Amino acid sequence: MVAVMTSAAPGLAPDDRPIAIELQDVQRRFVTPDGQALTALRSFNLTVRRGEFCAVVGPTGCGKSTTLTLIAGLAAPTAGAVRIMGQPVNGIDQRVGFVFQQDAVFPWKTVLDNVVAGPLFRGKPREAAYANARDWVKRVGLSGFEGHYPHQLSGGMRKRVALAQTFINEPEILLMDEPFSALDVQTRVLMQDELLKLWSAQSASVVFVTHDLEEAIALADRVFVLTAGPATVKSVYDIDLPRPRVTAEIRYDPHFTEISKMIWNDLRDEVLLSYQRAQRGE
Amino acid sequence: MDNAQVQIDPRYAPPPTEEAITAAARQAMVRRRVLVNVLRIGFLVVVLGGWELAARFNWIDPFFFAMPSAIAWQIYDWIIEGTSQGPLWQQVLVTMEETVIGFLIGAVMGIAAGLVLGRDRLLADVFSIYIKIANSVPRVVLGSIFVIALGLGMASKVALAVVMVFFVVFGNAFQGVREADRNLIANAKILGASNRQVMLSVVVPSALTWITASLHVSFGFALVGAVVGEFLGSRQGLGLLIATAQGTFNAAGVFAAMIVLAVVALIAEFLITLLENRLVKWRPAQLADTGF
Repeated sequence: MVAVMTSAAPGLAPDDRPIAIELQDVQRRFVTPDGQALTALRSFNLTVRRGEFCAVVGPTGCGKSTTLTLIAGLAAPTAGAVRIMGQPVNGIDQRVGFVFQQDAVFPWKTVLDNVVAGPLFRGKPREAAYANARDWVKRVGLSGFEGHYPHQLSGGMRKRVALAQTFINEPEILLMDEPFSALDVQTRVLMQDELLKLWSAQSASVVFVTHDLEEAIALADRVFVLTAGPATVKSVYDIDLPRPRVTAEIRYDPHFTEISKMIWNDLRDEVLLSYQRAQRGE
Repeated sequence: MDNAQVQIDPRYAPPPTEEAITAAARQAMVRRRVLVNVLRIGFLVVVLGGWELAARFNWIDPFFFAMPSAIAWQIYDWIIEGTSQGPLWQQVLVTMEETVIGFLIGAVMGIAAGLVLGRDRLLADVFSIYIKIANSVPRVVLGSIFVIALGLGMASKVALAVVMVFFVVFGNAFQGVREADRNLIANAKILGASNRQVMLSVVVPSALTWITASLHVSFGFALVGAVVGEFLGSRQGLGLLIATAQGTFNAAGVFAAMIVLAVVALIAEFLITLLENRLVKWRPAQLADTGF
């Protein structure tokens, strides 16, 4: 494992914040339906400090999403330790929020009922929960759509519902699995700004999985580059672009291009390796 | 461009306005609907008229195949004079009562079993083979057992209807639970849902589409169960009416009872569609096919 660290810019918060998420020497194996063992993660180490926005990039199918399911407690590691806020993960934790790649809003619930679902599941009083949900619907810019069903909304609007649904629970740890990959480019940039705005108000610790390097750099404080599967962390980059950022414009910053080139040099080999394997049908 | 003259080639008509296009489309839709209805009625007239003529000219034997006018007369007679077993409405009521009770019990049992087995892999693996076997047995035969065991009253018909309905609803409920989106379940769990809440707010709603689809078919099955049960042995009901008509070589009577049954089934179908639309109103409406 080569750890390349760019020098932290002076404006950034010093890294003495407590550790929020920690994966230590984690291994995760699957058994495929035809009985073959498959290693998704090997000697995987990752730490995210409180309030830190981390992005994880890597070639398609390398095991990026697996890390999220481990942190969320949806799956357990085969070996190694997964800890959040210093405690080992043992099932689904109330402090975790998860935004999925595909639409995971409930199609049979209206926008408002989707947003209020979390607080109601967690036993909040109805009236307060609904008042809060109305507020969140407004905050993500969906006022007037409270009574709409998801199928009546555009992809970007459904994503806004998903964000409100997650953020209303005020997660301390926010896991995002390529949440904007299904959106068109313009909508994606809008949603990235939306996400940064919401995040800066709550400052959760974020792990944002994506295959889009520019998205990772535009959003994150640190970018983890993974190897082709079985995945392990190849290198870590500090992104010293100042905040608040406007994702639509930051792409044209010469420093952004510089960082992007540097990380791509690193990522390219893994992407090529993964592509060659796919060509050979492995 | 500000001084450019717009030349309209007289060979081309100006493009139609949006209103004109909408109006034309609407007109075409109305015309099509009228056409469909005219053809439907035309088809019915041809079939019934052909049947009536064929019977009158003795191309087919009216003794065996009856004819529309005789069937209509039979229904009229039943309504005015009553049947040999009492008033017609009473026969309808008895059959409907058996059907509805059997349908409700069968549907509830089917849904419950489907939800339980759909959520529990082990139970599903253990019982699925027996359910497959039970499903492949021609269940109508059980009617004889029920008549022997439960007598000529309502219970034997209800039991047969239940057996007919159960497997259809069970199969769909089971499949519906299995098809519940794993992402949605994971999302609900992370949002804080307990197992019970996952069941109520994700699994059941997503299975509901499948279940309501099965209710259409299974109501028909319940009706078959009730009528066959009456056929096998009873003192009342439309099934007995058919059996009696058969016993007296009254072909028109058999057809007449069939039509009464069909009317009842259509009304029930309509009511179930209303229920379905209420239950799964979140589904996208089907876009009207305008034929363009």
